[in-house]
Amino acid sequence: MEFLLVQALSGLASAASLFLVASGLSIIFGVTRIVNFAHGAFYMLGAYVAYMLTTRLAGPIGFWGAILAASVIVAAMGALMEMVLLRRIYHAPELFQLLATFGVTLMVQDLVVVIWGPEDLLGPRAPGLAGAVSLFGRMVPTYDLFLMVLGPVVLGALWLLFHQTRWGVLVRAATQDREMVAALGVNQKWLFTGVFALGVFLAALGGALQIPRTTVTHTMDLSVIVEVFVVVVIGGLGSVLGAFVAAIIVAELNAFGILILPQISLIMVFLVMAVVLVVRPWGLFGKAESAPRPAAGLTIRPWRPFSTAERVAVAVAVAAVATLPFFLGNYALTVGAEILIFVLFAASLHFIMTVGGLASFGHAAYFGLGAYGAAFMVKFLGAPMEAALLVGPVLGLVGAVLFGWFCVRLSGVYFAMLTLAFAQIAWSIAFQWVDVTGGDNGLLGIWPSTWAARPQGFFWLALAVAVIGVGLLRMLVFSPFGYGLRAVRDSTLRAEAIGLDRARLQWAAFVVAGTFAGIAGALYAFLKGSVFPDFMGIPTSVDGLVMVLLGGIETVSGAVVGAVLYKALAIWLMSQTDLSKLVLGAVIVVVVLAFPKGVVGFIEDMRHRWFAPKKAAAEAATLAKVEAAR
Amino acid sequence: MSLLLQVENLEKSYGGVHAVRGVTFSLEAGTLLALIGPNGAGKSTCFNMLNGQIKPDAGTIRIDGRDIKGLPPRAVWRLGVGRTFQITATFSSMTVRENVQVALLSFHGLIRRVFGFAGTACRAEAEGLLELVGLTSQAERPCGELAYGDLKRLELAVALANQPRLLLMDEPTAGMAPKERVELMRLTAEIAREKGIGVLFTEHDMDVVFEHADAVMVLNRGQLIARGTPLEVRRDPQVRAIYLGEGLLYDARHREGSAA
Repeated sequence: MEFLLVQALSGLASAASLFLVASGLSIIFGVTRIVNFAHGAFYMLGAYVAYMLTTRLAGPIGFWGAILAASVIVAAMGALMEMVLLRRIYHAPELFQLLATFGVTLMVQDLVVVIWGPEDLLGPRAPGLAGAVSLFGRMVPTYDLFLMVLGPVVLGALWLLFHQTRWGVLVRAATQDREMVAALGVNQKWLFTGVFALGVFLAALGGALQIPRTTVTHTMDLSVIVEVFVVVVIGGLGSVLGAFVAAIIVAELNAFGILILPQISLIMVFLVMAVVLVVRPWGLFGKAESAPRPAAGLTIRPWRPFSTAERVAVAVAVAAVATLPFFLGNYALTVGAEILIFVLFAASLHFIMTVGGLASFGHAAYFGLGAYGAAFMVKFLGAPMEAALLVGPVLGLVGAVLFGWFCVRLSGVYFAMLTLAFAQIAWSIAFQWVDVTGGDNGLLGIWPSTWAARPQGFFWLALAVAVIGVGLLRMLVFSPFGYGLRAVRDSTLRAEAIGLDRARLQWAAFVVAGTFAGIAGALYAFLKGSVFPDFMGIPTSVDGLVMVLLGGIETVSGAVVGAVLYKALAIWLMSQTDLSKLVLGAVIVVVVLAFPKGVVGFIEDMRHRWFAPKKAAAEAATLAKVEAAR
Repeated sequence: MSLLLQVENLEKSYGGVHAVRGVTFSLEAGTLLALIGPNGAGKSTCFNMLNGQIKPDAGTIRIDGRDIKGLPPRAVWRLGVGRTFQITATFSSMTVRENVQVALLSFHGLIRRVFGFAGTACRAEAEGLLELVGLTSQAERPCGELAYGDLKRLELAVALANQPRLLLMDEPTAGMAPKERVELMRLTAEIAREKGIGVLFTEHDMDVVFEHADAVMVLNRGQLIARGTPLEVRRDPQVRAIYLGEGLLYDARHREGSAA
């Protein structure tokens, strides 16, 4: 009994940091609508800067001063990022900001290693709180007690800030209706910067306060960001109180999950999040998001199928790619096959994101399920590659049918988070069900048939599958089904009023996307000759997102170009430099700033601008005549 | 003539607010019935209950004798109910023609087809509807570029795609220029009488209401306080006090008209 109580107290102490980081993320999202992926990076920076300062400054004042100074310094960095980077892209398509912050995250990951080295760092204990007190016959660190008190104190301070100050009232107003606040003469720019700085300050403080408890590592950003996303979603986006309650729930689940059900401890948190989202789609304390106002002047050019000339161009390009095995070596062809596989994966994600209007953060789940499906066929049934490629993706399909049924009840960020939760659940199952999946060791020896065993053969196989897959997805876009999906995306209200069943259409789209991802995954298993849980990991899902956004979400097949660019660049950088993440992150940031509509979106804009002037001139001439006639 | 729409004792509360209380009325095919009343009277709530968007607390709604209790909007639509929205809801990533085509594809049960090019499906029919509402010249434009008045016309074309028996129009002419308003409602009235469609509409422009409605109902604080021909309603002292006010421009103009 005492043991449980102490465990609960330890959970509460962990909850404090989680709450700080989560409330920051929640506040930033509430006002700016930006899902700040770099939040984990700022948390990590907070810890590193605090480590640096606390090891140099002595005494209680030095320690606490260092913690605060570190948070302020990192908050300034956050404000700088907002001013230099995010300010320019507030009007870019939704989620594009996510891509930008992801680029920053990559850069920070390499930068901290460059500056502080790859080793785990152990900071000093907090002066005066280094000891432990005896509670229920067990020793509890004094610092944990301090954190337990700190959580509610910060909650109270934030409440006062948002309810008792003019600035706080403006922020709350902006959370509800940004345009209206701007129309009332409030300078949005500085409000956004201020909110961003506050959010980052909380993240950095959360990181800095971790020093006396744990070591500082260069991987702490990713581990915290996922947990924080979960907390924010369970609590309800934009709700600080929700973040507080959810942080306690999540921290306690972590503390007790390990004791009670170590087998599924990893998925407990995600399971709880899935249940919360299905029962309360906007989180425990969240409110239904009001439909975003369509941005004035934002017209999307209606999609068109390829013209004959464009078809010929695409056919020529495919034919050119098909001749590559005659020129390239084995390594290049293996890389080429990998790129082609990711083209199909990205295209499937692109389909659900652009046509379906649903941004999945866990699309790798179906990629991984397809890979495991193929591996199971080979391992347990001794099936040849051809059969495994056909049957394997069915596992992706089944997963999409099951998970999709829950996911399509939600939309927007909540949809994204539920897909992420399911991907994590799938990953945890693969990781922990060692008897079947081999756990972390994966399943090895998934080799292709002889005709595809050589890189040339496999390249052609991957090319054929990718071309057919992307072609089928494109066909779906322009089919009545694709139009129905776009109708639901553009206006659910109108779509339901003309007899369309939103949930069913989106579910079908989810299954389509999951199946094509499964096909890509099955191929990937044979390319690598093995399957690992990481196929379903968050980095794989994020890679897919980056490819889609890089290509442009307002395009029909932008993901194809995005996938080729991103994958080629990532593989090439990996071979050229130790700082591949830094360079890749910088490239992403530059691309985001230069092409806010994605690379393909940019090209289409250029084409439109080149061809439009003639038409516009003709229209102007007609107008002039009409005016003259009056 | 058959009773197309029968509404009995419709009730709806939001928390402590009785938005709609004991509303009872019916509508015959081929007639235009206007629902008027001050802001907050419960007009939009009534509309949203009629097409299944909001569930009533009590009362029955029958369309062609069929009780629509518990049906979602898409099922009500299948019974032959078209509707337009107070704030236009269209598919902004498509052209004007494609907007109508989607509605037609849905009506013909083709929306689940995964093969074939939707851009050519039901094309002639879509163009026919666009001609009917006078949008032929705009057919290939992105819907997001349209002027507001044209969006309202597009809403009408989309609402007509399922060959409705009943048309629900929530402030069909709000936000339009005066000339356009009269034109749009004249057009609606023509189509309704020709095809035997019953039209229920709300409107704040009394020119439009008194010109085109066959009958007018007045809703105030969730209750119907008057029903009759436009002339009767206009003369009703209670209606004048609550909603119309004195010295209506419309009255003045018609007095002048009769004097001339």
